[in-house]
Amino acid sequence: MTSLLQSLRNLVTLRWVTGRNAVIAVPSLFLAAAFLVPFLIVLRISLSDMDTAGSPFGGLLSYVDGIIVLKVKIANYLFIAADELYLLTYLSSIKYATITTAICLFIGYPFAYFMARAKPSIRPVLMMLVMLPFWTSFLLRVYAWKGILANHGLLNDLLIALGVVTEPVQMMNTSFSLVVGMVYAYLPFMILPLYANLVKMDLRFLEAAADLGATPLQAFWRITVPLSKSGIIAGAMLVFIPSVGEYVIPELLGGPETLMIGRVLWDEYFTNNDWAMASSVTVLVILLILVPMAIFNKYKTDQHAGEKA
Amino acid sequence: MNGRTFLQRWFGRGWLSLGYLFLYLPIIVLIVFSFNSSRQDMVWTGFSLHWYQELMSDTEIISGFGLSLKIAFMSATSSVVLGTFAAFALVNYQRFNGRTLFSSMVSAPLVMPEVIIGLSLLLMLVSMQKVFGFPERGVATIWLGHTLLGMAYAAVVVQSRLQEMSKSLSEAAMDLGCRAHQVFFLVTLPNITQALASAWLLTFTLSLDDVVLSAFLSGPGSTTMPLVIFSRARLGLDPRVNAIAALTILVVTVAVIVYAVMLARSDRRRRRQLSAAYTIDQE
Amino acid sequence: MTIATPAASASDASAPFLLIDQLVKEFDGVRAVNDISVTINKGEIFALLGSSGCGKSTLLRMLAGFETPTSGRIALAGNSIVDVPPHQRPINMMFQSYALFPHLSVWDNIAFGLRRDGLPKAEVAARVEQMLALVQLGQYAKRKPHQLSGGQQQRVALARSLAKRPQLLLLDEPLGALDKKLRERTQMELVNIIEQVGVTCVMVTHDQDEAMSMATRIAVMSEGRILQVGAPGEIYETPNCRFVADFIGSVNLFDGRITQDEPDHVVIATPDGEHYVSHGITGNLGMDVSVAVRPEKIGIQTAPPALEERASPKEHGYNCAQGVIVAMAYFGNETSYHVRLDSGTVVKVSRTNAARHDAARLEREQRVWVWWDGADIVVLTS
Repeated sequence: MTSLLQSLRNLVTLRWVTGRNAVIAVPSLFLAAAFLVPFLIVLRISLSDMDTAGSPFGGLLSYVDGIIVLKVKIANYLFIAADELYLLTYLSSIKYATITTAICLFIGYPFAYFMARAKPSIRPVLMMLVMLPFWTSFLLRVYAWKGILANHGLLNDLLIALGVVTEPVQMMNTSFSLVVGMVYAYLPFMILPLYANLVKMDLRFLEAAADLGATPLQAFWRITVPLSKSGIIAGAMLVFIPSVGEYVIPELLGGPETLMIGRVLWDEYFTNNDWAMASSVTVLVILLILVPMAIFNKYKTDQHAGEKA
Repeated sequence: MNGRTFLQRWFGRGWLSLGYLFLYLPIIVLIVFSFNSSRQDMVWTGFSLHWYQELMSDTEIISGFGLSLKIAFMSATSSVVLGTFAAFALVNYQRFNGRTLFSSMVSAPLVMPEVIIGLSLLLMLVSMQKVFGFPERGVATIWLGHTLLGMAYAAVVVQSRLQEMSKSLSEAAMDLGCRAHQVFFLVTLPNITQALASAWLLTFTLSLDDVVLSAFLSGPGSTTMPLVIFSRARLGLDPRVNAIAALTILVVTVAVIVYAVMLARSDRRRRRQLSAAYTIDQE
Repeated sequence: MTIATPAASASDASAPFLLIDQLVKEFDGVRAVNDISVTINKGEIFALLGSSGCGKSTLLRMLAGFETPTSGRIALAGNSIVDVPPHQRPINMMFQSYALFPHLSVWDNIAFGLRRDGLPKAEVAARVEQMLALVQLGQYAKRKPHQLSGGQQQRVALARSLAKRPQLLLLDEPLGALDKKLRERTQMELVNIIEQVGVTCVMVTHDQDEAMSMATRIAVMSEGRILQVGAPGEIYETPNCRFVADFIGSVNLFDGRITQDEPDHVVIATPDGEHYVSHGITGNLGMDVSVAVRPEKIGIQTAPPALEERASPKEHGYNCAQGVIVAMAYFGNETSYHVRLDSGTVVKVSRTNAARHDAARLEREQRVWVWWDGADIVVLTS
């Protein structure tokens, strides 16, 4: 009982207005307003009934004849769950995200590895060369691939000139162009955390391994790779999670066969004006990426903890 | 580096070269074809500055650019301020109620698909508009979305620098008579200026280049440059876009090179001064 | 250049100034500082000596105010400071890493604390000049810390911590970051400056030589407790337990039992020989004790030692033994011998090389006598 009085007294005497609380409160309030509240609203809308004016403000709660009625419309979710197209689209998004992540890892790991093993004097230059495309517009660079992969584009012209093919190969608006674009855009996101991790690795581990009789390849698989685990996972999550919901690249480089949930979301809102459906799809995407996000959180904080130790 | 075989070294160089080629190919193509004299997709018909001239009179793009700049300035500044608050809290306050939630919310925009963030913000804004009558979608709402995203990036950059900074600097400040806020403004802040600058540049670029959030959050009359480019790109290839690209790349490259040169010079100066100090110390 | 010293000078060395009473600090259930009580006198240089993890740094940080005690009292000049935040304590600390502000010049670093106090500009300037003269860095006033060598940085850190004329100066491993040659020189300079200013000083170190040469009194710490407090000579020659005897310098320890217990002498029988102590001790007949003898107090020669030299009654071969030299280490100024006694124990003897060419040189495998004076024995019961 006394602790309750104490809390009330603290509240009134403004003892809680400390500098420390202010520092935490300012970003928290912004995040609550710009992040938390929107998601709660999305959740609510996804469960609401669209009224005749086309906006979902039929309240969830209503009071009718002395009864408090809670109307939760789960029809949207049921529809999504039953509709084959939606299911296919979700799976397709995950498929492309996974492929992108795998290719980024395949290209990016050796890249980061050789960057980290280069002479210390040229490492900043190598780093800068990776960052430079990142600073130039993402949109423009994706757009460039349209030109390169078009039927009369650079690649086709080259193939024809070399005599590899006689007619232009359809490369645009295919799964191929989509994956190329995705890998291109997300490669730096894989390289940077891997590089940060590998460059801090103590080379003496490898010397010790060599001393104990391991070949360079064995040392690589048994020591370097496991030690860079947190870098691999952080990079993988940084590529995978946004890829699932990517919109711009599928829209510019993808085609009718490349189903991506980002485009579905966009179309539901802008083309169909179906807020409730768009919200439901959103909630399901969030649920989809919750687990990977938790993994990312764990590994990014693990990295910090490891560095502190 | 020692004991690496011939094969290892050349494999490494080969892989890096191919990788860089892949990264830079589109950029080179963009620039080259901005000087193409005809509109034909990718057929080179001759050198011409025609498209740059057209760009000068393209009001849609120019006003879009002005708007994007304005928004980018504002959101970069607000992102850095909020991100620094968040980074400071995460580094210095190891335990507080809701720290995990706070940490997740700060870093979530880094990984979440922008469509999700955009749609959620939009629905909130629309609901608010229905109930309160404001806000109208426009510059302010785009700024809001960009700040949310930028804050996450700024927090990462500033947090990394804060953790690098020695804890004993703030302790020394306290020991010499500083209260908490004085420690921040007199000691912490002067030592993180470089990180603040990079965070600002990073979030500025992010905002300038953003498509999805801007699309969801813009209103009539607030079309940013990326939105203009995007709508044109959807329709087909437009050499004026190439011209913009070339200009952007030029500006960025010059900026990065200038920065790198400045950094190298100050580094050399510092090293010279330090060795001078050590030789004097024999007194 | 005269430095204004506080009213009370070092002659008040006996006046209790800093009182630490039953201080405890717990981290996650582990007691880093475990019930420490000690009094530090005004004007003295007090060293906390111990290996890593013994709690000395935690204790120092509690004095500075960076950690709050779990329980216990700290009083400075009669006033409790436990609830006082660091920026309000009349205490200043010199950090192990110096913690000089990289963005400020030497001048501004030293002036920093003075400006926080709101002193008028002229006075700040005067004090800073005073401090610069004290540490002899006047010509480096405009430089930034990264433009200085390690030794110079340390002097700036010292000047900065003395600028506010604190009542208590804390030193965290002051010589830790310096190389050996610089360390010796700096040791003496540091003590001179501190004594010149007359400030009471608590220092933390793991280096015995540092503590022994710089401090007025030393507290030997282990596992959060203080084992012994005393002047360097006291700690070295009269350790109160095996740990302290072994921690400071080298020592030979013989375990045995008291076989004669008289008011004027005691005899302890050990497997290596019998020890005769020419005074009474607090102990009983039959008690298990350890006999401690320092290596430099042991004589070594090929001929049997004379009775008078061992201060033992005629009839018995006390305080001596025979053995074989199994190892020798030559250090230039002294030589250290490891002698395996006939009983099996290895004894360490060190002998100064007083003359350039030693006529009675000893060799390995040589059979020798080792002996010591009963007055040089310390009997330890714990």
